[in-house]
Amino acid sequence: MVAPVIVGIVVVILIIFLVGNYNALVRLRNQVKNAWAQIDVQLKRRYDLIPNLVETAKGYMKHERETLEAVTKARNIAQQATSAGAGERAKVEGELSSALSRLLVVVERYPDLKANQNFLALQEELTSTENKISFSRQFYNDSVLRYNNKTHMFPSNVVASMFKFKEGEFFEVTLAAEREAPKVSFT
Amino acid sequence: MWEQIRSNQIRTAALTIGMGALLVLLGYFLGLYFFGSPAAGLIIAILLWVILSLVGYFQGDSVLLRMHGAKKIRPDDHPRLYNTVEEMKIASGLEAMPDVYIIDDPSLNAFATGRDPKRASVAITSGLLQKLNRDELQGVMAHEIAHIKNRDVLLMAMCSILLGTIVLLAWYGSRVMIFGSMTGSRRSSSGGGGGNIIIVVVALVFMILAPIMAQLIYFAISRKREYLADASAALYTRYPQGLASALEKLGASSGQLKAANQATAPMYIVNPFRKRGMRASDLSSTHPPLSERIRILRTMSGGSFNDYDQAYRQVHRGGKGVMPAGSIAAGAVPLAAARPEATSAEPDAMQRARETSDVMWRMSDYKTIPCDCGAKLRVPPGFREPRVRCPHCGKTHQV
Repeated sequence: MVAPVIVGIVVVILIIFLVGNYNALVRLRNQVKNAWAQIDVQLKRRYDLIPNLVETAKGYMKHERETLEAVTKARNIAQQATSAGAGERAKVEGELSSALSRLLVVVERYPDLKANQNFLALQEELTSTENKISFSRQFYNDSVLRYNNKTHMFPSNVVASMFKFKEGEFFEVTLAAEREAPKVSFT
Repeated sequence: MWEQIRSNQIRTAALTIGMGALLVLLGYFLGLYFFGSPAAGLIIAILLWVILSLVGYFQGDSVLLRMHGAKKIRPDDHPRLYNTVEEMKIASGLEAMPDVYIIDDPSLNAFATGRDPKRASVAITSGLLQKLNRDELQGVMAHEIAHIKNRDVLLMAMCSILLGTIVLLAWYGSRVMIFGSMTGSRRSSSGGGGGNIIIVVVALVFMILAPIMAQLIYFAISRKREYLADASAALYTRYPQGLASALEKLGASSGQLKAANQATAPMYIVNPFRKRGMRASDLSSTHPPLSERIRILRTMSGGSFNDYDQAYRQVHRGGKGVMPAGSIAAGAVPLAAARPEATSAEPDAMQRARETSDVMWRMSDYKTIPCDCGAKLRVPPGFREPRVRCPHCGKTHQV
């Protein structure tokens, strides 16, 4: 008489445990997906901004063809790699970021360009987009960390392996150039 | 580190329940005193509270914004402000972009409002907007977004309504009691002389104490929330120096916001009634002392809640931290380096002042015509002439 009741209680507890953990895992995985989509939005915004920026800067920066070309090239490479995984994308986007920051340092030498209203507006957009990229990356990595913790830690790891929740991939900055703030030399 | 929000909610819930209990007790004694039955008092108290809460829930944010004459901006009205808000929205993982408002007021302040994270607003005074550089603006907006994300906004609005109900009941109750006892018309309905006096005394003491106690609880909730919002701001920006230096600028001014009052004071980034050199352990204050908040932010060595907690303890020379223990077990969060290239491309204080006044003129429907001599002509909305002459150089412009 008592045994079936106990078995019933155990089964109910197990089901609650399974459902709860499964839902938590799904929620975290969705958050990771959303965060990834956020990064994507910002990266696309950057692809759109760069041609305008280069076009505006070209007229003023006669002696910086290489810098401008490097930016355009890095942008095109990054745009082609949009379907790659997080690791590969982080690398090409990092390359683009450092090309852009080199350009923004060089801009300091052109007071005429810095006085151009159009360029100033573009520069604000670009600065903000760079920030948004790094903030969305920050949020993405936080989300991945939380999701991975959940898939590794007991008891949720049991549910994770049962339903094959795969570990998330961090969006790491691989380039040393991007990790350090660009150095301005006054020579 | 994000579970912080949940564990803090428990403590806040306890304090809020304490406030609710005050309201119930007040209603109980008022009912006992005036009507001879506690039920009537309870019904009045709770009915008043429910009505005020409903109004506050559905209309609170628009009332607050209208009270300040806040104007909503579009992204191209002030790109830097809108962008920093959006950046912080992304960093905090907020579901929806909050509306951004500017208040035309020279005093320095900012606040967040809205009933839930999906429908929220942030507002900043034009005075503060022109004082802050980009990093500082980001810090301030991170603090406000943190209030939205941590759901402080609705909580503080509801708490202030609870406080308001208690104050209102106690105020009217004590007035009626004083004038009622002069004429001696009431109290004849309840029986038993000895019990009656006890009820009178208890009711009187309660009417004096309840508002004070409710206010203290309210302040306690509010201050805890300020620390948490500062810690979250540091976590979002990974750059606590930005908020610290913004708070320094806020502390240096003593202008009071016109439309602020005691009940809404906790909603602002700094206490709108602040005076300089406030005492460190001021119990009756909605905000922790600015100097202390700045020192904590300045001593942070990383961006996590754990780092904030350590900095807090360092500033307070040991003792209990401000963050609940369960929330701070997290990995290291490195801080962002200072951004030297960002500062050089930024408008200076003068340019920011011009930019802000341009926005304010434009939002009051004034047209701005730049003249070749460098002057800017402001054309009022009702202007009918087709041409206008520059008072500086005499050139005529098409309107």
